[in-house]
Amino acid sequence: MTAGMLTTILIAMLGGAIRVSTPFMFVALGETITEKSGRINLGLEGNLVLGAMVAYGVSYETGQPWLGVLCAGFSGVFLGLIHGLICSLPRVNDIAVGIAMMTFGIGVAFFFGKPYIQPSAPRLESLPLGNWSDNPALRSALEINPLFFVGIIMAAVIWWMLANTRPGVILRMVGDSEPSARAMGVNPIKVRVLATAAGGFMAGVGGAFLSLSYPGSWNEGLSSGQGLMAVALVIFARWNPLRCILAALLFGAAGAIGPALQSVGISQGYYFFNAAPYILTLFIMIASARSGASAAVAPGELSIVK
Amino acid sequence: MLETRFSRRSILKSGAAGFAVATLPLGFATRAVAQTPVILGVVYVGPRDDFGWNQAQAVAIEVLKTVPNVTVIEEENVPETDAVTQSMESMINLDGANLILGTSFGYFDPFMIDLAKKYPDVQFRHAAPLWNDTMPMNLGGYFAYLNQAHFVNGVAAGLSSPTGKLGFVAAKPIPTVLSNINSFLLGARSVNPAATVQVIFTGEWSMPVREAEAANALVDAGCDVLTCHVDGPKVVIETAESRGVKCCGHNADQGPLAPNGFITGAEYKWVTIYQMFADMLAKGEILPNVVVGGYHNDMVQNSPYGAGATPEAIAAADAAMAALKEGKPIYVGPLNDNQGNLVIEGTMDNYDPVLDGMNYLLEGVIGSIT
Repeated sequence: MTAGMLTTILIAMLGGAIRVSTPFMFVALGETITEKSGRINLGLEGNLVLGAMVAYGVSYETGQPWLGVLCAGFSGVFLGLIHGLICSLPRVNDIAVGIAMMTFGIGVAFFFGKPYIQPSAPRLESLPLGNWSDNPALRSALEINPLFFVGIIMAAVIWWMLANTRPGVILRMVGDSEPSARAMGVNPIKVRVLATAAGGFMAGVGGAFLSLSYPGSWNEGLSSGQGLMAVALVIFARWNPLRCILAALLFGAAGAIGPALQSVGISQGYYFFNAAPYILTLFIMIASARSGASAAVAPGELSIVK
Repeated sequence: MLETRFSRRSILKSGAAGFAVATLPLGFATRAVAQTPVILGVVYVGPRDDFGWNQAQAVAIEVLKTVPNVTVIEEENVPETDAVTQSMESMINLDGANLILGTSFGYFDPFMIDLAKKYPDVQFRHAAPLWNDTMPMNLGGYFAYLNQAHFVNGVAAGLSSPTGKLGFVAAKPIPTVLSNINSFLLGARSVNPAATVQVIFTGEWSMPVREAEAANALVDAGCDVLTCHVDGPKVVIETAESRGVKCCGHNADQGPLAPNGFITGAEYKWVTIYQMFADMLAKGEILPNVVVGGYHNDMVQNSPYGAGATPEAIAAADAAMAALKEGKPIYVGPLNDNQGNLVIEGTMDNYDPVLDGMNYLLEGVIGSIT
């Protein structure tokens, strides 16, 4: 492998990390909020797809892509609230409800999304941050969507809030020990419903990125399971918002390996390289699950931990 | 579980309608009676408005809806798995379908072959050249050789590309896709002997994020014309346009998606086949087992030229189209694959069945099928 090929691959991985990571970032951050409250919402794939459809539809109808992003967030709140409220009924399993909500969200999105597959909606403008470089590949890799930075800022804010603010402490308390929360006079159900709705909002915004920025159009194969992968990334990130960012970037970079290797002429075994992100996740999950540290930081009220 | 499903359906069928049991065998299978109601079930692998394969099919199917006595029922987003068996069986048993069109490559083997054996009174037709006479006679295939239109794409691309480096985003290395890639190369080399085609396989018919990544990777590798063979080319075309390179379309007219860079596109003209089907059904005739075609019988076409096509490219592409209509061969040997093996010795007719088994990329294509 020559130096030029290596540069190409590294630039492609950098670009891939920036382009592909944003939806993972938002879904993973949303799921972190929800899981910190002691609930698992596996339905965020549905939020992602519905968010993508709503954002595209609103952007097309109004010509305002940012309004589309906002509406996508609220479509996520809608799904999150349903999940949160159903799971608040006695003896309801949040994982099963999550799978149902995933199918529901996808179904609603496909049903209302039919008229929006064809038209081209106004997209979110990216910031050309690579203009200092004369390498076209690098310039393209550094065309960064503002939502990418919003995601990073959100991660820092959530991390800070969880550690230092009263709402953050209440959220963690509800997630770690319901009896303690009750003893403190906190209503765990209310907190969990709000946390699931907030998580739903984030996932909806992640969907808006898919349809309005990259790849930047609405169709029914758009997400192909990214919402589910992001939920797995949360465990890998050990419920830490800052690590969610790293996990999302790593996953995005791994996804760029397959096409990048083929583009420099290493084309044997592309099925294997295309599977790189999933293989990577699998290994990291095994590595991180084996360490006792992961179990130690898992919210105590999660149904998979209890 | 399967047992229960079938028995429930059988009960439904026999209970609900002596009609179905009595009229179907008499009507269709004995091929005699004109004006027998045809209930036509069409199954698609994706959404009917995907700017690509499924849309091209669905638009043409409209022709069949205008035939009196033909009722069309459609189902979309049916994966190439046991799901297609279930869809088709429910069309047969619940809707009384007596003609089924399966429009995706992977529906055929084993699903449609098994169904044809199980329901000998129902006619099955599949949109690929996979049928042969060892298979049930109530099964068949129809197909247009889109590689002829990709050859024209190649001619236009070869003269519209300043560098001669062309890029191809492909789904899976099946013969149809490989033939499109190879024909695109041969078209480009017919006008620019130094042209190359770099191919990236995504491994899936529809995987928008990876298609966008592949398109970006090709542009980063220096390609200045992109084309593709995936179910919905919208993402590749829009990515090419936003990166400022030219593009050729596939399956449907994507010209409006790329106002600056669109050259031309390879399109099926399914309407020719379906119009033929419609005429035959109106007369009560049974459909042929094999229908194939290309430029010579108006079954493929190229999209209207876009702003990316240079005047020389348009002239050369028009000439190439005219030659294909006369039957000018695309694969003229000797040709080597990109591993250096001789794969085509002499001149191949454009419809030579040997080409249906294509499993190589020609010299000049950068990429690998494994």
